[in-house]
Amino acid sequence: MTTSTRGVARTPAVLVLEDGRIFRGRAYGAVGATFGEAVFSTGMTGYQETLTDPSYHRQVVVMTAPHVGNTGVNDEDMESRKIWVSGYVVRDPARVPSSWRSRRSLDEELAAQGVVGISGIDTRALTRHLRERGAMRVGIFSGNALPDEGTMLAEVRQAPEMAGADLSAEVATTEPYVVPAIGEKKFTVAAVDLGIKGMTPHRMAERGIEVHVLPATATVDDVYAVQPDGVFFSNGPGDPATADHPVSVMQGVLERGTPLFGICFGNQILGRALGFGTFKLKYGHRGINQPVQDRTTGKVEVTAHNHGFAVDAPLDKVSETPYGRAEVSHVCLNDNVVEGLQLLDRPAFSVQYHPEAAAGPHDAAYLFDRFVSLMEGQRA
Amino acid sequence: MPKRTDIQSVLVIGSGPIVIGQAAEFDYSGTQACRVLKAEGLRVVLVNSNPATIMTDPEIADATYVEPITPEFVEKIIAKEQPDALLPTLGGQTALNTAISLHENGVLEKYGVELIGANVEAIHKGEDRDQFKEVVEEVRKKIGHGESARSYICHSMDDVLKGVEELGGYPVVVRPSFTMGGAGSGFAHDEEELRRIAGQGLTLSPTTEVLLEESILGWKEYELELMRDKHDNVVVVCSIENFDPMGVHTGDSITVAPAMTLTDREYQILRDIGIAVIREVGVDTGGCNIQFAVNPADGRVIVIEMNPRVSRSSALASKATGFPIAKIAAKLAVGYTLDEIPNDITQETPASFEPTLDYVVVKAPRFAFEKFPSADSTLTTTMKSVGEAMAIGRNFTEAFQKALRSLEKKGSQFTFVGETGDKQALLEESVRPTDGRINTVMQAIRAGATPEEVFEYTKIDPWFVDQLFLIKEIADELAEAPELTADLLAEAKRHGFSDQQIGEIRGLREDVVREVRHALGIRPVYKTVDTCAAEFAAKTPYFYSSYDEETEVAPREKPAVIILGSGPNRIGQGIEFDYSCVHASFALSDAGYETVMVNCNPETVSTDYDTSDRLYFEPLTLEDVLEIVHAEAQAGPIAGVIVQLGGQTPLGLAQALKDNGVPIVGTSPEAIHAAEDRGAFGRVLKEAGLPAPKHGTATTFAEAKAIADEIGYPVLVRPSYVLGGRGMEIVYDETRLESYIAESTEISPSRPVLVDRFLDDAIEIDVDALYDGEELYLGGVMEHIEEAGIHSGDSACALPPITLGGFDIKRLRASTEGIAAGVGVRGLINIQFALAGDILYVLEANPRASRTVPFTSKATAVPLAKAAARISLGATVAELRAEGLLPAHGDGGELPLDAPISVKEAVMPWSRFRDIHGRGVDTVLGPEMRSTGEVMGIDSVFGTAYAKSQAGAYGPLPTKGRAFISVANRDKRSMIFPARELVAHGFELLATSGTAEVLKRNGINATVVRKQSEGTGPNGEKTIVQLIHDGEVDLIVNTPYGTGGRLDGYDIRTAAVARSVPCLTTVQALAAAVQGIDALNHGDVGVRSLQEHAEFLTAARD
Repeated sequence: MTTSTRGVARTPAVLVLEDGRIFRGRAYGAVGATFGEAVFSTGMTGYQETLTDPSYHRQVVVMTAPHVGNTGVNDEDMESRKIWVSGYVVRDPARVPSSWRSRRSLDEELAAQGVVGISGIDTRALTRHLRERGAMRVGIFSGNALPDEGTMLAEVRQAPEMAGADLSAEVATTEPYVVPAIGEKKFTVAAVDLGIKGMTPHRMAERGIEVHVLPATATVDDVYAVQPDGVFFSNGPGDPATADHPVSVMQGVLERGTPLFGICFGNQILGRALGFGTFKLKYGHRGINQPVQDRTTGKVEVTAHNHGFAVDAPLDKVSETPYGRAEVSHVCLNDNVVEGLQLLDRPAFSVQYHPEAAAGPHDAAYLFDRFVSLMEGQRA
Repeated sequence: MPKRTDIQSVLVIGSGPIVIGQAAEFDYSGTQACRVLKAEGLRVVLVNSNPATIMTDPEIADATYVEPITPEFVEKIIAKEQPDALLPTLGGQTALNTAISLHENGVLEKYGVELIGANVEAIHKGEDRDQFKEVVEEVRKKIGHGESARSYICHSMDDVLKGVEELGGYPVVVRPSFTMGGAGSGFAHDEEELRRIAGQGLTLSPTTEVLLEESILGWKEYELELMRDKHDNVVVVCSIENFDPMGVHTGDSITVAPAMTLTDREYQILRDIGIAVIREVGVDTGGCNIQFAVNPADGRVIVIEMNPRVSRSSALASKATGFPIAKIAAKLAVGYTLDEIPNDITQETPASFEPTLDYVVVKAPRFAFEKFPSADSTLTTTMKSVGEAMAIGRNFTEAFQKALRSLEKKGSQFTFVGETGDKQALLEESVRPTDGRINTVMQAIRAGATPEEVFEYTKIDPWFVDQLFLIKEIADELAEAPELTADLLAEAKRHGFSDQQIGEIRGLREDVVREVRHALGIRPVYKTVDTCAAEFAAKTPYFYSSYDEETEVAPREKPAVIILGSGPNRIGQGIEFDYSCVHASFALSDAGYETVMVNCNPETVSTDYDTSDRLYFEPLTLEDVLEIVHAEAQAGPIAGVIVQLGGQTPLGLAQALKDNGVPIVGTSPEAIHAAEDRGAFGRVLKEAGLPAPKHGTATTFAEAKAIADEIGYPVLVRPSYVLGGRGMEIVYDETRLESYIAESTEISPSRPVLVDRFLDDAIEIDVDALYDGEELYLGGVMEHIEEAGIHSGDSACALPPITLGGFDIKRLRASTEGIAAGVGVRGLINIQFALAGDILYVLEANPRASRTVPFTSKATAVPLAKAAARISLGATVAELRAEGLLPAHGDGGELPLDAPISVKEAVMPWSRFRDIHGRGVDTVLGPEMRSTGEVMGIDSVFGTAYAKSQAGAYGPLPTKGRAFISVANRDKRSMIFPARELVAHGFELLATSGTAEVLKRNGINATVVRKQSEGTGPNGEKTIVQLIHDGEVDLIVNTPYGTGGRLDGYDIRTAAVARSVPCLTTVQALAAAVQGIDALNHGDVGVRSLQEHAEFLTAARD
């Protein structure tokens, strides 16, 4: 049995932030060096889904929940083919996993996939630091021979920044594939993969949708080649300001008036397609407890979030866009960030958060039904 | 949508006396709710019979009725106050049941009172077992998850055997249908057991029917706390996982928040079921909790039950998350929605979210089996704990070890030295859940048990088992390390080891470990409970310690007063002490101090983050308190630490704190010693010229015998330095004295046994007083109803005293002043006197707030604890009189003749306990305290006040019917007059032959009934016990027969408890009850609010 006090777990590790703050802990997962944007996630469950969410590509994720790895790693809860985070920061990793579905320990999985992590640091202090100073670049260095602090800091400062990063193509599928409908097939949807999570096509398939997942580089012609009843734009990593290609594809879809649904990155792309700007949040929304109000019903849903950027659209009025009137449909009650957009004259809407909810609450699952209604409406 | 405009006044029902399963948490929730409603501009009318609550403080509600919580009395209040609405979800099952009665008997409709926060249909759906099963079935249809435990109805042994197959094998639960109190039910682990239990069950059942149910013993147990508003927004406030698997009541389990061993998929299934259940049940607004069992082998989820109201768990969840469930429930009830209510802690985000934790919370129960030696200590689905401690840490091990030391009970912390015993024996012992099973498990681990073995025997989840191994491995490292390095020490502290534990392992004194630790710069930091894992800045300083990097304690300028609370509730140290601490906090905040509260009891008002300027949710041990003092000293000036309000817990720390340079304000540690040490206190009494009963101290039987021989039997013996009369006994002869000394394990020269002359037939008197060094303020004089020898905490008492004259009061005042001055009290003192043969003896003095402070304060409308806190910090009685905190003149010793009479009655937990054979435990009162709570009855005359106190504690006194009388010889004289009165009121008397004979000689007719030992008569005449069980007796008077014969009335008294028949065990109580019955039979008993009483009293004082 590996223990937190003996053997490999005693290997030192250092976390260095670009503003010079340093935390010293122990190596976790793979031993080595890694860089990325430091962000914190406040979910108390669902680390396996978080780690495999492609939106976390090039990010070093700090878990605010102290105990991570308690339920090990299973074969069902992966959101994509691999772990995407560039580094992992936890306080108290589990030594022994406990779950009837667990197949191996998280520690082993991280090491096997070469993910460098650090444990045993004051994650709350780090989170407060990021909250006050904003998300920033970070490096994790582990091993028995570590460079001096100045060298480590210099390396962190040379790492690329998240603002301006175009990352979708790095995580998306290169070949199209089909997720068959569960039960009777009712609709065909073309889903543009910008870093899609596995649960999203599954939620559509549950509703009788055959999902054709297309690479991020897909063109308008590729989209219409599958004769879709609706088009979907997924979540994904990076700065939406760089996503010119998906924006132009979406504009093509909007012109044709095909029912359209976007999640997360897809929401930012709809924002840009409509002519709104996007901006980087100070430290983003990452967690599964965020209150979002559906402004059409007034109801509040508790939702899963993972976004560092947001759409800059007016909350208090209907906007005129090249595709007709648009309004903000959903808003985060914590900070009034735009969480959803909808067109009033064409069948298109999107949300900034994750109705597919893996991990997270299922409160927003109705949005998939809304997408189905749009497609039904188009047929009628 | 903002609040409703059609409600101007609300009636809130409290939960009454503290009993097992319904404790201080409802004072916390009720107080929050009343404050919220009042702040919303509503007129709040409150009823609660428990005086030791903050909610019954006159400033919390507009009209506060300390009256019995029965449909009859609540109807009187409704008739008088005409409230628009009734909020029944914050006072536990008591309030909910009362509200249902008032609905069913038409009172609510008659007075046009709307039930808010819950509807009757929802309450029934949530609480009725069969209806709830249907709810669960509906939920399964809708979302595909959740079910009730599978069951199978059988009418023959063939059915039974087939049923076991249907249910998937052993073990199964067998429940015979329609038997009294679940008689004949049990677990069958194999066919032999099944044939025996089910065979018996089929015979016992009048319908020859048994229900077989699948066993879910050993499954993982979870609880979710949910809230719903009128727009159908639902949030899960907290998930709780039980460390002890299914089979132990949640209240008796070690529980952990958040859930530790669920993946997101499984957690979301519980969440989906929870939300579907709250919708299906139809809880319109407010909170509820739902319990689940999860099969560790395949994740199958069974929904066990739900409570459609605020509960013990919701109080725990509120403290664990910083999300104030009761407060928000009250707002939702008057029309707000979750998104309209701001989160108190961040102040910027709304309450329509789900708290996320970056720490771990562990709650551990505190039991009192030592008070009930005959009770079966196996933990079952019936709750038996009397209190709980909660601890917060940045990981499980830290929180867990802090929780165990917060229990403040010998042996509650893990120990890693000494012999472990046999591994197999320990493992087998750990199968049975008991108080302290966790320590047995740790010993088994020390003795070489593997994680797999521990799981096999206890079914404790493997992740938790590993955490125990982690603790044990660190203990090993501590033991084996050549020296205590900074790394090792820091690692041990990160996993919750106390200095004392480390010292024990290393063979060092605790203070030496502390010195080493401080020299190495290893100190805890303090983190904030903020509902959001630091995503937003917290505005509320609610702290817990952790051995982590960065502290969040902000500097301050105002001088701070640190108030030490009383820790987990236990018999003898309950909510009364929390009341005093909260009052001190309020008074000192008003006086310009920064108030800092330290406590670890999640049930209380003191641990509400709203109560003090800063809250430290921490164990009350020397180490933990010293670290808080250090942290606060870094933050700003400290005016002092108050130790006299939280009972014996902080008092016991006083000297050590002072020795460590901590400023103690109020009564000094030396003065505390002068009152607690027998020798020193004897000198104080001698100087003041006051008599105490003859006494001596002994460390051996020979010494004890010599003392007893000199002063004469009976003698009262007890260990020194105890609270609640622990181990106290009246000894009538030498044989028992010898066995008492032999049984007392803790006798040592520094802890001798005290041997006192026992004053037979004395009147016992309690006095609460304030002293500032110059002037005495006599807070109140309480005359006990029961004679001396029954613990003051278990005795009923009256204030003002009903049979003492001006001369007695004068003597009491002079004696109290002499003692207060001699001891050196600055603040509160409580003295117990006994008046025997016209001599006023001093029994004991406690230089601290007593259990009776809230009662005295309410009975005399003077906030004694507030005054005590101010005096501790230098104010004088004269100044407080000038300020108006104390009356301008006079005191509690000289109340006007027409002042209302208040009666306090103790509430006993008898019905909770059974011996290992399933029989009840005896109910005789004695010198060892066993009550869990108290009620107050207040009225203009004693009889009515006493009747109210009985109605509040045990249900109304009967006004007619059959009374059974059986008294000890020495009580026969005093019984005659009250017995005659009972007959005059139309009672039929039943008596055993001896008592009947005495009654007949005095011209009182009594029917002779058979004793239990005589058995049923030749013509089927029932014994008294059978009559009680058959509901044919309305009042029981049964006094125990001195020594040897204490078991004579056992069957009678336990039957009385089982059937809830009022049972008086002293003749004094009988005399008082007769006055009460007289009052009830003469005209209408009215209700009056404390505010009205106070107004009257203030007018009479001027």
